[in-house]
Amino acid sequence: MSVRFGKVMALQDVSFDLERGQTLAIVGPNGAGKSTLIRVALGLIRPLRGHALIFGQYAGVDARRIGYVPQLKTFDRSFPATALELVVSGARLQWPARVTRREREAAAAALEQVGARGLLNRRLAGLSGGELQRVYLARALIRQPDLVLLDEPATGVDFLGEHDLYDLLEGYQERTNAAIVMITHDLTAARYHASHVLVLNRQAHGFGAPEEVLSEESLKEAYGHHGHQHDWLVN
Amino acid sequence: MELLEAFSLPFMQRALLGGLAIAVVAGLLGTFVVQRGLAFLGDGLAHAAFGGMALGAFAAAFFGTSGWLEQPLLIAVPFTLLASMGIAFVRDRTVLSSDVAIGVFFAVSVALGVLFISVIPPERNVIDVWHLLFGSILAVGPADLGIILTVSALVFALLLFVWPRLAYATFDEELARTDGVNTRRLEYLLFALAALVVVVSAQMIGIVLMAAYLVIPGASARLISRSLVAMSMWSVLFGVASTVAGLVISYLVDVPTGSTIILTQAALFLVAAAFRKR
Repeated sequence: MSVRFGKVMALQDVSFDLERGQTLAIVGPNGAGKSTLIRVALGLIRPLRGHALIFGQYAGVDARRIGYVPQLKTFDRSFPATALELVVSGARLQWPARVTRREREAAAAALEQVGARGLLNRRLAGLSGGELQRVYLARALIRQPDLVLLDEPATGVDFLGEHDLYDLLEGYQERTNAAIVMITHDLTAARYHASHVLVLNRQAHGFGAPEEVLSEESLKEAYGHHGHQHDWLVN
Repeated sequence: MELLEAFSLPFMQRALLGGLAIAVVAGLLGTFVVQRGLAFLGDGLAHAAFGGMALGAFAAAFFGTSGWLEQPLLIAVPFTLLASMGIAFVRDRTVLSSDVAIGVFFAVSVALGVLFISVIPPERNVIDVWHLLFGSILAVGPADLGIILTVSALVFALLLFVWPRLAYATFDEELARTDGVNTRRLEYLLFALAALVVVVSAQMIGIVLMAAYLVIPGASARLISRSLVAMSMWSVLFGVASTVAGLVISYLVDVPTGSTIILTQAALFLVAAAFRKR
């Protein structure tokens, strides 16, 4: 697929397949189009050419099969809400005015799954970065998705929290055989926690097993270019 | 006893009913206005309503020998709706922020309003500018009340219907979009509903005071609420309480009702601030 914003090609001829049970880490410099790729998969951006097929359907057609964990920096902390409401929104696909007993139990179980049962009735404004990350993950997992998309999940999370996060994701994948796609700046995490790596800088500079793709050559090729060079402009 | 007799008078009953209807819908709308950082929207739409009413009066003076053109509200409603769509469009499609978009429409509407009114011969003018600016809740007639109750019921029902999706979009627009919520359509709807409530209410409580109904109860509710649904309920409750208290106090002390309602809302805001949740 290719994606263009105005005169800038955000993604050019990026193509790959991912199977269930596989974990893909998308790495690349800032402005490489990593978040754009995720947004295409979520159906938020329509490609200029090509398309994203998720389990045989066009992206955005079946939201229930995808669990999305956004970057924490997009969250408005002034919004009056509890962890319970946020997790339930993941199941309802809308904001709950009133939470039923069944939904409360499901939310508690989802939070239990990510080791955060105690956060159920806490206000979001009072949570740390690591706690919020777990709540968002519970929100994504409550719908038992076949694909989990995570945009820089380790940002704002300490080393132990990051380690727990990958453990939780791997545990979920073992139980459900879901596919996982995550954007990360941490090449070590990509090497040890992903089955596949996509090295991206507007184009795919490598796709495959970490030990094959995370070579000095492909990384130099991807990180050696910067996103705003003139040769990326479409004339 | 004297107070009970006062509320048996038809004009007081109409003021109470109309005020309560505005308080309920403005309270519900105010939750989203405050949470989306659109506090200036009420002011902008109220002044657009002023421009619309002035245009309506202009049409009534020069073209409304009989028929619908004699009713300024029938022109003010589409005018204000158009302004609200303009504000939403500028906010949606340009790099300008909400307050800048609102500021532009605010200024243009007032300028147009003053222009239209200035060319209407006094003997053919069907609106009272002072009344339009500051309103008089006690002067609401049966026809005005009918319009206010109908619009309030319609807006209330629509808001309840879209509340879960509107709340989701208010929390995080991108997250809501990933789950199939049409956030753009909801934002235009929110602006249109606010415009409708503002324009029909402005003639009752005045454009200057109408903006307060959209902001102060919602802001007070935000201070003491743990959830958006609680905020909506508190916002409505604060609006209702200030309307009743404002009517009673203004009757007993013999001061302007609109001002008293807003000052009561301000007093409730101070109480909420004292009990705010950190």
